Amino acid sequence: MNKLKKITSYRLFLPLVCLAFVLLLNVIKTPSFFQISVNNGVLYGYVIDVINRASELVILAVGMTLVVAASGGTDISVGAVSALSGAVCCCVLSGGEQSTNEYHAPYILGVLVAVLVGLVCGAWNGFLVAKMRIQPMVATLILFTAGRGIAQLITDGQMIYVRVEHFKQLGAFIKGIPLPTPVFVAVIVVILTTLLLKKTALGLYIETVGINAKAARLVGLNSVMIQFLTYAFCGLCSGIAGLIITSRVYSIDANNAGLNMELDAILAVALGGNSLGGGKFSLLGSVIGAYTIQALTTTLYAMSVPADQIPVYKAIVVVIIVSLQSPELMRMWKNFKNRIGAGKKVA
Amino acid sequence: MDNGVVLTMRHIDKNFPGVVALSNVDFTLRAGEVHALMGENGAGKSTLIKVLTGVEEFESGEIRIEGREGAIINRSPQEAQANGISTVYQEVNLCPNLSVAENLFIGREPKKAGLIDWKTMNKKSKEILDNLDIHIDVTRTLDNYSIAIQQMIAIARAVDMSAKVLILDEPTSSLDDGEVEKLFVLMRKLKDQGVGIIFVTHFLEQVYEICDRITVLRNGTLVGEYEVENLPRVQLVAKMMGKDFDDLAAIKKEGVSTVKKDQVVIDAKGLSHTGTIKPFDIEIHRGEVIGLTGLLGSGRSELARAIYGADKADKGELKVNGKKLLVGAPIDAMMAGMGYLPENRKEEGIIADLSVRENIIIALQAKRGMFKLLSRKEQEEFTDKYIDMLQIKTADRETPIKQLSGGNQQKVILGRWLLTNPDFLILDEPTRGIDIGTKTEIQKLVLKFAAEGMAVMFISSEIEEMIRTCSRMAVLRDGMKVGELEENELNQVNIMQAIAGGDKG
Repeated sequence: MNKLKKITSYRLFLPLVCLAFVLLLNVIKTPSFFQISVNNGVLYGYVIDVINRASELVILAVGMTLVVAASGGTDISVGAVSALSGAVCCCVLSGGEQSTNEYHAPYILGVLVAVLVGLVCGAWNGFLVAKMRIQPMVATLILFTAGRGIAQLITDGQMIYVRVEHFKQLGAFIKGIPLPTPVFVAVIVVILTTLLLKKTALGLYIETVGINAKAARLVGLNSVMIQFLTYAFCGLCSGIAGLIITSRVYSIDANNAGLNMELDAILAVALGGNSLGGGKFSLLGSVIGAYTIQALTTTLYAMSVPADQIPVYKAIVVVIIVSLQSPELMRMWKNFKNRIGAGKKVA
Repeated sequence: MDNGVVLTMRHIDKNFPGVVALSNVDFTLRAGEVHALMGENGAGKSTLIKVLTGVEEFESGEIRIEGREGAIINRSPQEAQANGISTVYQEVNLCPNLSVAENLFIGREPKKAGLIDWKTMNKKSKEILDNLDIHIDVTRTLDNYSIAIQQMIAIARAVDMSAKVLILDEPTSSLDDGEVEKLFVLMRKLKDQGVGIIFVTHFLEQVYEICDRITVLRNGTLVGEYEVENLPRVQLVAKMMGKDFDDLAAIKKEGVSTVKKDQVVIDAKGLSHTGTIKPFDIEIHRGEVIGLTGLLGSGRSELARAIYGADKADKGELKVNGKKLLVGAPIDAMMAGMGYLPENRKEEGIIADLSVRENIIIALQAKRGMFKLLSRKEQEEFTDKYIDMLQIKTADRETPIKQLSGGNQQKVILGRWLLTNPDFLILDEPTRGIDIGTKTEIQKLVLKFAAEGMAVMFISSEIEEMIRTCSRMAVLRDGMKVGELEENELNQVNIMQAIAGGDKG
């Protein structure tokens, strides 16, 4: 009993249960979900698809987690910023042409510029939130709406194609490696961020500022700087995600790249058992949350639910998962059990 | 129920992870009495209140209230209120941006054709308050009024919602003497109306002024219930502490002064912060405990905050250990060797969700910078050292600080600053809301630090405590430093005169 209690009180217990719950659906409905085959030296299967497709979301969720923890607010511009980063990257590499079969600039330059654009956007958000004290939702709303506009401006309202095999590698496979590249990018982002949080005092600083900004200032922390950093970091993550999104389709469609991903990213943070009010957080929780969301989407595809109906089912499952984690429901359940128990005793 | 008993709690048990908070506690409240609930920090006062008001669940025992058949269980403060139990906390839980009338009737506004009937609401509000001798404009927003008035409005609201039992949890800690007196008038009035009042406080004088009975708790168990006239102060203190109490006076300083007049730590000239404290000069020496005294709102805390940079000084010059220092933010002051224990523990002191360990090391970590993380082993060693040295009662060093009692939280914050090894430590009301035992401990510690060469700035509303601890005092009035009292001038009469201002008589 004690051991059980220890397991259930583990912070990531509920997020993990939720992921298991989604996977369990598949065991019953689509057993083929767990089959993995080797084709042309690379792995195929629904599970592989889940880890692959979730990569951008994982990266965005990492950035979002820190923003939420430090400021108790969300960055709703991450989808638009990743579209903007992707657009800039494609423009640089195509040299302004609408479609290109060769790089017009070194690949690494395209990558760096994309990441830099993400960083600058994040810094702008950070400046508005941390320094100008604008509510996070409002501050990031600016780039949420304007980001795609700027991207359209850069691409002249056209889709830009970069038809170079090398460009596709980031979103697909690198020769000789059986797993899709985005998986590695996501893992590296998670590991580096974890190291940054654990090996420096940043993690502690972020939690302190998120829990009590006044006290944080009095113990010598620069709350403004720390909040600014989390937004800048979140922008950086958006830039990286934007690169993967563009590479997958070797093109940029400023209207649709990363559309609605900010909502999934916020949901991933919440599913990971993190309070959207800020404060203590678990990065791993958000990562699990991101994989859960993608697993759910892929599951629905595997059950051949039409694409436009998917949001409905997704909503239902999300409601179940979120209520599973609600302490209020736990309390109601406990009371209910007690009442039943008391009833039995009387009888 | 007989003898006018309105509330009985019997055999209440309550456990927190690793701690027994209440064990077999009984409590009885009669109509028309003011009943003090006393005990040291961690004795279980707050827990008993929380159990009663449905904030926490209890494991076993029963609560009965007059007018309800059988035992009741309150699952939420709303349920408790429906059962006639209302609570007014030290921090007023009303909406400052609504009018007084709205605050009185929020959630139960009188309606006319589905709309709020403002006229009736304002009229009724006026009646309620007039009835309690509170004469204010009910249409103005709450934040126009002092904390004391706000508290009285909170009480009026509670009573008007037909409270049989009114719980006042540390209502006087942020009030000055005049305001306390007004509150007592109100309490007596309610008493005459037959309301049973549970009064939680740390101020002994107030207990003897207003209360009829005292229930004493210690370590989660009931020590006993006493009539006030049959329990002299010394005995009350002894019962709370559970040992023979050597009078507080025992910590009176032994003549040897540790002040090193030639070593100036803090030298402020013309420092000020617009709107809170007018330009002041102050010189503080190594080994000295300087007290700041004055009425509430006289600028005591504000002076300290200007030195520390909690409110950035906008004029004047500050020298620390002889070197000029520009304080842009608290971190600058910390790097120069200062530490600051803020007055408002909950809002500015503790980082509630973090562990005791994290709360202790955070200031030192901030000083070292982001990239020089203290190793886990160092963190644990430091934490254990201060848990041990300050006798902090906590289940574990990883326990979130919010689960500790107020006094133990304060000790954690004290440990936080001691760990940074400051030359100059500001303690703003370090003993507020803390039991006598811990108070004495903290006072002794302050003297010890001074003896070791630290300069301490000590701010407290209790003059006796100041006389015992301080070697010099600065007196403030209306946001201005008006004078200083040397060690040989420190006595109640002198201080009172200085605070009140000689010219006013």
